[in-house]
Amino acid sequence: MSSQDIPEENLPAEQGAHGAVGVADEQNPFADPGLPPHEHRVQDIDERAARRSERTVAMLFTVSMLSTIGFIASYVSIPHDKSIFVFPIGHINALNFALGLTLGLALFAIGAGAVHWARTLMSDEEIADERHPIEASPEVRAKVHADFKQGAKESALGRRKLIRNTMFGALALFPLSGVMLLRDLGPLPGTKLRHTMWSKGKLLVNMNTDQPLRPSDVAVGSLTFAKPEGLEEHSEEFQTEIAKAALMIVRLQPDNIKDKRELEWSHEGIVAYSKICTHVGCPISLYEQQTHHVLCPCHQSTFDLSDGARVIFGPAGHALPQLRIGVNDEGYLEALGDFEEPVGPAFWERG
Amino acid sequence: MSTTESTEARSRGKAPAGERVADWADGRLGIYSLAKANMRKIFPDHWSFMLGEVCLYSFIIIILTGVYLTLFFHPSMNEVEYHGSYVPLQGQMMSEAFNSTMHISFDVRGGLLIRQIHHWAALIFLAGMFVHMMRVFFTGAFRKPREVNWLFGFLLFVLGMFTGFTGYSLPDDLLSGTGVRFMEGAVLSVPIVGTYLSFFLFGGEFPGGDFVARFYSIHVLLLPGIMLGLVVGHLILVFYHKHTQFAGPGKTNNNVVGMPLLPVYMAKAGGFFFLVFGVIAAIAAIASINPIWSMGPYRPDQVSTGAQPDWYMGFSEGLIRVMPGWEINFWGHTLVLGVFIPLMIFPLVLVAIAVYPFIESWVTGDKREHHILDRPRNAPTRTAFGVAWITWYFVLLVGGGNDLWATHFHLSINAITWFVRVAFFVAPVLAFIVTKRICLGLQRRDKDKVLHGRESGIIKRLPHGEFIEVHEPLSQEQLHTLTAHEQYKPAAIGATVDENGVERKVGRSEKLRAKLSEAYYGEEAQIAKPTVEEYKEITSGHGHH
Amino acid sequence: MKKLSARRRHPLAALVVLLLALACTGGLYAVFAPASKAQADETAQSLAIDEGKKLFAVGCASCHGTGGQGSSDGPSLVGVGAAAVDFQVGTGRMPAQQPGAQVPRKKVIYTQAEIDQLAAYISSLGAGPSIPTEAQYGPDGADIAKGGELFRDNCTQCHNFTGKGGALTHGKFAPSLEGVDPKHIYEAMQTGPQNMPSFPDTTLSEQNKKDIIAYLNAVNGDDTVSPGGLELGGLGPVSEGLFAWIFGLGALIAVAVWVAARTAKAKKS
Repeated sequence: MSSQDIPEENLPAEQGAHGAVGVADEQNPFADPGLPPHEHRVQDIDERAARRSERTVAMLFTVSMLSTIGFIASYVSIPHDKSIFVFPIGHINALNFALGLTLGLALFAIGAGAVHWARTLMSDEEIADERHPIEASPEVRAKVHADFKQGAKESALGRRKLIRNTMFGALALFPLSGVMLLRDLGPLPGTKLRHTMWSKGKLLVNMNTDQPLRPSDVAVGSLTFAKPEGLEEHSEEFQTEIAKAALMIVRLQPDNIKDKRELEWSHEGIVAYSKICTHVGCPISLYEQQTHHVLCPCHQSTFDLSDGARVIFGPAGHALPQLRIGVNDEGYLEALGDFEEPVGPAFWERG
Repeated sequence: MSTTESTEARSRGKAPAGERVADWADGRLGIYSLAKANMRKIFPDHWSFMLGEVCLYSFIIIILTGVYLTLFFHPSMNEVEYHGSYVPLQGQMMSEAFNSTMHISFDVRGGLLIRQIHHWAALIFLAGMFVHMMRVFFTGAFRKPREVNWLFGFLLFVLGMFTGFTGYSLPDDLLSGTGVRFMEGAVLSVPIVGTYLSFFLFGGEFPGGDFVARFYSIHVLLLPGIMLGLVVGHLILVFYHKHTQFAGPGKTNNNVVGMPLLPVYMAKAGGFFFLVFGVIAAIAAIASINPIWSMGPYRPDQVSTGAQPDWYMGFSEGLIRVMPGWEINFWGHTLVLGVFIPLMIFPLVLVAIAVYPFIESWVTGDKREHHILDRPRNAPTRTAFGVAWITWYFVLLVGGGNDLWATHFHLSINAITWFVRVAFFVAPVLAFIVTKRICLGLQRRDKDKVLHGRESGIIKRLPHGEFIEVHEPLSQEQLHTLTAHEQYKPAAIGATVDENGVERKVGRSEKLRAKLSEAYYGEEAQIAKPTVEEYKEITSGHGHH
Repeated sequence: MKKLSARRRHPLAALVVLLLALACTGGLYAVFAPASKAQADETAQSLAIDEGKKLFAVGCASCHGTGGQGSSDGPSLVGVGAAAVDFQVGTGRMPAQQPGAQVPRKKVIYTQAEIDQLAAYISSLGAGPSIPTEAQYGPDGADIAKGGELFRDNCTQCHNFTGKGGALTHGKFAPSLEGVDPKHIYEAMQTGPQNMPSFPDTTLSEQNKKDIIAYLNAVNGDDTVSPGGLELGGLGPVSEGLFAWIFGLGALIAVAVWVAARTAKAKKS
C-alpha cells in the first residue's frame, strides 16, 4: 500500500515498525515488527460506499421497526389456538410462529444494524493500550502491611486472647440457630419407607379398569398394573402412596418359575412385584414377555421376573420386592400382607 | 462549594442537557473517574472472545423471560383438574404447577414463545459456558492473573446446571418428575444422613406437596442471585485485567491491541446482544422445546422411555446408567455404592477441569502475568489433558443417551453400556496420547515453516535435473507470530547437597513436581522452537528452498 | 453367441445362472400366487381355511411346523388367534427375513385376502382373539384424555410419550407407533407380539384400547399439531440438546465470527 494513505496518527507505529524491521534483518528475524500500518476500508476513502453502508444500517433499523409492528399486529389478530401448516416444520401454532419470527427479526435487525454500523462506519483503527501489573508496587504493599499491623495492634486482638477466643466461639455458634431452623423442613423418616398401603386382605385393583382382579383376568404373557383397594386418584395422598404401592402383575407358567419363594408367594403362576425400581425409584415396567425380563427405562436395570426378580444387568443393587398374594373367598386376588422389605431405592437404614 | 458554583456556572451556559446530567451524576457518583478508565477501554477482536458474551446475553434473556413467566406460574402442587384448551389432557388430575404451565403454553398469548425462549436460552447459556470455558482452557487464558476469574466462571457453570435442573423440574411433568425421583434416590443413597436429607428436602416422603415451591425459590431467587453476583464479579475482573490477546505483530504481554469500547465495542457488543436475542427468539418460533403437554402430569407410577435430563446433566445420567449395581449390607445398614459412587464422581468430573490451572501453575512454578494466549499446539500436555477431559465427558454423555444410541444405530443397549464402562477408563488415555502427538506434529510443521518457508506448490527444475518445490520465505509478521510462544525448561530437582556438604531432603512433592515438569516440558513433550541461529544458517546457506 | 460361450467358464457364471434361476422362480411365484387369491374370493370359510393352509405350508411351515405346532425356529401358533396373524403378517413382520434380536416391521408381501386366509387357517387350529372391527378401534365414543392416562400407564415405558419407540435389552426395541394402522395397534395390545406383553380385555378393556388408540391418533397422527414448532423427533432433551448445540450455538458462533471479523480493506491503489 502507498504510504500517503496512512493517516497522521498512525505514523509513530509505522516508524516503529520500520525501525524493528531494520534491526531484524541483521540480528533477529523473529523480532516483533510492531503493529502493521492501518489500511483503509472502502468506506473510509469512498463517500459513496459509506453512504451505502449508512443506508444499509438505516434499512436494518427500519426492518426492525416494521417487525415490531408485525409483532403487535400478530398478537392482536391471530387467535391463540390457530394452527397452520408450514412446510418443513409441520402443523404448528400460528401465533407462536408469527410472534417468534417477528420478535426475532426485530431484535436481529437492531443487532445487525449496530454491528454493520460499527464495522463499516466507525473507526477500525486498532489501538494499543498499555497494561499495568495487577499487583501493587512494593511501596503500596509495604504501606498496606504496615497499616494492617498498626490496626491489628490497636485492636489488641492478639494480646487479649480471651476476647479473641470468645468472639470466635460466638461467631462459630450462632449459625447453629440457622441450622436448627431447618429442622421443620420435613418430618423424621421413622419407618415410613418400610411400609406401603398394602396389608392383608387388600384387593388388587386394576389401574386401567378400576376393578378388582380375578386370577382368570391375568393371562400368561400379559402385563397388568395394580393399586391397593381404596386408593383413589382424587385422594390427597394418592401421589405419595402410589409412589410406593404401585404393583406390576404378570403370569408365568408355574414350572417356569425358578425361585422357590417366588413360587410360594405367587398364585397359580401369578406374581406381583413392586413397580418401583430398587435403583432410584423409576417405575420399572418394560416387561419382555418371552424372556420374563423387566427393564427400567431410566437406567436400564434389568430384572428376571422368573427368578425372584433378581438383577441381571444394570445399576440396581437388589431384587424387586415381591408382594405375597392369594385369592379371597369371592375369588378376587388379594394381598397376604405388606411387602416384606422396603420398596424403591435403597437407603442407609434399609439393612 | 466552589465546585458546585462552577458546575452551576457552566450549566447556566450552553452545555447540552446530556452533559449537565453527566455532571450532576459525577458530582454524586464520581462517574468521570470510572469513565476515564473504561470509556475507551480496548477490546481485541476475535470471534472466540465473544463466546462469553453469548453466555452473558443468554443469561440476561433468561432473566427477562423468567420474570415474565413468574407472572403466570403457580408454584404449587395442589391437585386440580385440567380444563384448558389442550384437548388430550382435559379432565386429567395435575398439580397447579403443571396446570399453570399448560395455561402459559396454550392460553396466554405469546406465553409459549416466552417459555420456549426461556428454555432454549437456558440450553444455549450452558452450551455457551461450556465452549467459552474450553476456549479459555485451550488458550491458557486461565493463567495468572486470571485464576480467580476462571473459578468464578466454573462456579457459574455449575450453578447454571443446578438452576437449569430446578427450573425444568418446576412444571411437574412426567419427564422432569422422573428426574426429581432420580434425585430423591440419589439423596437416599448418602450414607447415614441420606434418608433424613431426603425427608427434609421433600417435606416428607416423595413426592409430597412441597418440592415445587421449594425448587421455585431456589430457581428464581437463590441460585440466580448468586449467579448474578458472580457474573458482575466476572465482568469487573475482565475489565480490570483487560482482555487477553493472541500473539502477533505489535502485540506484547504489556499491551492490548484492539478497538475502543466507545464507540466500536459499545455498538458491536450491544448489537451482539440483540443478535443473540434475535436468534434465540427465532429458534423458539421454529423448534419446540419441552412439550410438557405430550409428557403429561407427573405420577410416580408412570414413566416414559427415553427419560433423559437436559444436556448439561447428561453426563451425570451417563455415570448413573453405567455404574454396576454394587450394594453392601452390614449390621443392618446398606451402603448403596451403585448410586453413591456416581454421586461422588459427578462433582469430581467437574472439579478435574476446575483445578487444572492450579496444577499447571504449580508444575511450571511460573509467577508472571500472562496476557498473550497460547496456541493449543504449543501447550501439548495441557491441550491433551483438555481433550482427554472432553472425551471423558462425551463418553458419559453417550452413556446418558445409551437407549437412543441403541435405537438409532441399531445397537444393543447392553453392549453400549459395556462400551461406556470400558471407555470411561480407556478413552481419555487414548485421547491424551493422540492429541499430544498431533500437537507435536503441528509444532514440527510450524518449525518447518519458519525455517524453510511456506510450501508454494510451485515445482522448479534445477539445471542439473533435480525437481524441487519452491518454498516462499515467511514475512516477518508470520515469523514473529510463529515463534512468539515461550517454552519452559523442565524444572530439575535442585542440588541435593548444599555448599556445606549437608544433604538436603528432597520432599515427595518436589520429586513429583520434577517428574511432572519433565512430562510437560521434557524433550519428548515439546519441539524446541527454531532459534535465530538455525534460521540464519539455513537462510544464508546455498540450499535456499 | 460366441461371446457368451467364451464366458461360460467365467468364475461368476455360476452366480449368474443362480440369480437367473431365482428370478424365474420368483417370477413364476408372482404369476401363480395371485391365482390362488382369485379362487379364494368365493368366501366360503372352509375354502379360506384350505387356501390358508396352502399358503401356510409354503410361507410359514418351515419355522412354525407343518401343523403350526411350532419348532425350534418359531413358536407354536395354536391358539394365537386371527388377530395375531393379521398383525404379524399385516405389518410385514412375518414371514421373518432373518434371525435377529427382533423381527422388524417391513414391506407387507401378502395381500389382505391372503392374510385373511392365513388367519382363518390359524384360528382353525385353536381359538384365539379375532381380528377387531372398525367399531372396536374407531374414534367414535373414545375419551382421548383417558386414553392419554392409560397410554402413560401401560405403554409409554416402552413406546415413549407419544409413541416414538424406545430401546429394550440386547438390541430389542419397542417400535415407533407412527403411521401404524389403528387395527394393528389394537391387535398388538390384544395379542402381545414378540416380547410385547399382551393386554387382554380382562385387564385393558375394549373401551380402554379404543381410548388409547384415539389418544395416539391425537398426539402422533398426521394432523397432530406441535404448537411450539419442530418436534425434533419427539425424543425429549437429547434431541433438544443437539439442536441447541448445532443450530443454536452454531448460529451464534457464525454471528460472532461476523461481528469480530475484519471489514474488507480497500484495494491497494
